Amino acid sequence: MFFRLVYQSFYRQRRSKLLAGMAIVFGVAVATAMIAVATDIGDKMNRELRAYGPNIVVYPREETLDVEIGGVNLKPVTSGAFLKESDLPKLKGIFWGHSIKDFAPFLSFKVNPALPDTASSAPSELSVELIGTYFSKTIHYSKETFITGVKNTYPWWNVEGAWPSDEPSADQPVDVLAGKQFADDHHLKSGAILRVGGRLLKLSGILSTGRAEDRAIIAPLALVQQIAHRPDAVRRLYVSALTKPEDALARRNPKTMSAVMYDRWYCSPYANSIAFQINEALPYAHAEQIRQVAQNEGSVLSRIMGLMWLVTMAALVAAVLAVSAAMMNTLMARRREIGLMKALGATRTLVAALFFAEGATLAVVGGGVGFALGILLAQRISLRIFGSSLHVEAALLPVVLLVSFLILLLGSAFALRRAVHLDPTVVLRGDV
Amino acid sequence: MRRAPMLLRIMLRSATVRRGRTLITLMAIAVAAAVSTALLNLYVDMQVKLHREFRSYGANVVLSAKDGASLPPDAIATLDRELAGRGAALPVSYAAVRTPAGLPVVVAGVDMARARKLNTWWSVTEWPSLPNSVLIGARAAAALSPKGDPFDLVFDGRVLHVSIAGILQTGGPEDSRVYISQTDFASWTGLQPSVMEIAVAGSPEEINGFISRLAALFPSADVQPVRQIVEAEARVFDKTRSALLASVALIVVTAFLCVLATLTSTVLDRRKDFAVMKALGASQRMANLLFAGESAFLGAAGALLGYIAGIGVASLIGRINFQAGIEPRWSVFPAILMGSIALTLLTAVIPITMLNRIQPAVILKGE
Repeated sequence: MFFRLVYQSFYRQRRSKLLAGMAIVFGVAVATAMIAVATDIGDKMNRELRAYGPNIVVYPREETLDVEIGGVNLKPVTSGAFLKESDLPKLKGIFWGHSIKDFAPFLSFKVNPALPDTASSAPSELSVELIGTYFSKTIHYSKETFITGVKNTYPWWNVEGAWPSDEPSADQPVDVLAGKQFADDHHLKSGAILRVGGRLLKLSGILSTGRAEDRAIIAPLALVQQIAHRPDAVRRLYVSALTKPEDALARRNPKTMSAVMYDRWYCSPYANSIAFQINEALPYAHAEQIRQVAQNEGSVLSRIMGLMWLVTMAALVAAVLAVSAAMMNTLMARRREIGLMKALGATRTLVAALFFAEGATLAVVGGGVGFALGILLAQRISLRIFGSSLHVEAALLPVVLLVSFLILLLGSAFALRRAVHLDPTVVLRGDV
Repeated sequence: MRRAPMLLRIMLRSATVRRGRTLITLMAIAVAAAVSTALLNLYVDMQVKLHREFRSYGANVVLSAKDGASLPPDAIATLDRELAGRGAALPVSYAAVRTPAGLPVVVAGVDMARARKLNTWWSVTEWPSLPNSVLIGARAAAALSPKGDPFDLVFDGRVLHVSIAGILQTGGPEDSRVYISQTDFASWTGLQPSVMEIAVAGSPEEINGFISRLAALFPSADVQPVRQIVEAEARVFDKTRSALLASVALIVVTAFLCVLATLTSTVLDRRKDFAVMKALGASQRMANLLFAGESAFLGAAGALLGYIAGIGVASLIGRINFQAGIEPRWSVFPAILMGSIALTLLTAVIPITMLNRIQPAVILKGE
């Protein structure tokens, strides 16, 4: 009898049930989409924040002091300690290796290039910094390959012309970039040829960064090593890693931690712990976070995530509203029936059970469709805004289902209460 | 003609007699309006708040004197006037000096209070306050004074004896420098600030406007945006705004759809009243007017209630997330009010046109 009542109610009131179902689908879809987007936005924004450039710097432990003002190195660097280029792939082998998105090694020193056509009037002691780095180099580590270099670590570097290749050939003029300021000062254009240390360099493009690189020549690392006679040498390494915002644990000194806490610290992708692991992989080097980038990431990220969570709350409120409106409508449409049932002796429990069964049926069907729709919606938002698909964690599914269930329960509670307390005489007389 | 008072009485009675129904409808409109108000307010205000948040990255504009020269002495006063509280500026003077042993090191003269305000990410053990006490970068400290003893610096034959107040760690070039107060620096070296680091909050257009104003104010100096900071900020900001906009749109649409559903069924529910009125001789226009008037009234009342609640919610969100309340935006109100009334009218019109096609007798017979 009970099931027949439920079945009949659905069969006879297809339109009103469809309306209620639609509201539930919408409510759950929006809640799902927002939860999915909000849980993923931290990760997405973290990637976007990499636009601020590297957040970890690595230099040889025994390096002497930098003497630089405004990015211009005043002290020519020809001696001192170096990192080994051949050690760099090891970075991908550390515990948080997959968090290391990109890195760029640097080796630079002052050179006196001979300018091309102005041979007669050329200043005899033209001095410019020659910077060697990776542009977009393919690195092999065990079986993996990945591509890294300044093109990725410094998204604000603008090249007018073409980026040079990372593998300089032995004979023909080697492609390099000229800083904008340097090129303007000496009226150099793309395609111009310079002579440096017995090698011919061809400008494949003009680089503008708004920083000291504007006054330099940027060449493939291998070429600079050859000219400087420093095979395998790297002066400094900049690493761009996806990190977790710093919290109280991250700021503690790992040396004073208990074993359990140390494990937790070590296994969290803080900028500090990644730097610590780089130190382990390259024991002769010193790695540390670049605080301007690393510290602020956390504060900006937490603001954005906070904002999204608060908006998600608003979405949940809207979802409850949608569901409760739908349930209220089904109740209003069936006042008379309920009155009749009660007049014929149905108990409050039975009325509540009937309503609940109807609600649950709607919830399972509507909620399921809404969930699928919500994930689809979140996927679309993610693709549209961030250009990458949404990563839906498996752990999210039960959470979303629970939240949807709570929304449905909360949404129907009001309607349920009214149904239970309906006075049959008033309803049947038709006064309400 | 006693039509108008009669109409009002019908509307008033229908609102008070079916109190439950009226309340539910009103609630639905009010909640939808509140959510929309809160989110629209938040969306407008968030942009200003986020731009301010991004200023923790420090300077996004650098004003530097041409090679070898220094900035005019009144530069900082001019800048403070130009910034008018929307940012911070820090004049810096640099000199390459040597230790008595001949080790070169860069010394920077800054106003410590300003440096502290601008460079929030600096990790400093203690800020110097005494004359000739310095803030020393971690790497410089290791090279110049590993034990933290006072040491000497030589500039152009003039020796300055300094004590270490605190250690500075940034992971950047600052780690290799020694920072002393502007006054100590000037009396020691005789050099004036040559670089001004400026953090100004605003959209990219506002910052560009600021840069061109500065270029006009200081024709002898170079004004450059810090592209790393400006471009990254624009990128992150745009993504945040789009994500927020998508969410707001989604939520507002949901809220309004559910109001639509509620109202449509409310009107359909009253088909009997409608039929009785028509049977008693009310004209089509009269009945339409009645239903539309009622709906519009509910819409307006709900919008007002929702707007007030929404401002409260927005302000609460602002306080939780940005530690600063959100100003109520009156520009949002007309949109909410018009939206609500339009929505309620729409929801009244659809069922009425449906009912108009049916004979009153059919409805009254109960079929």
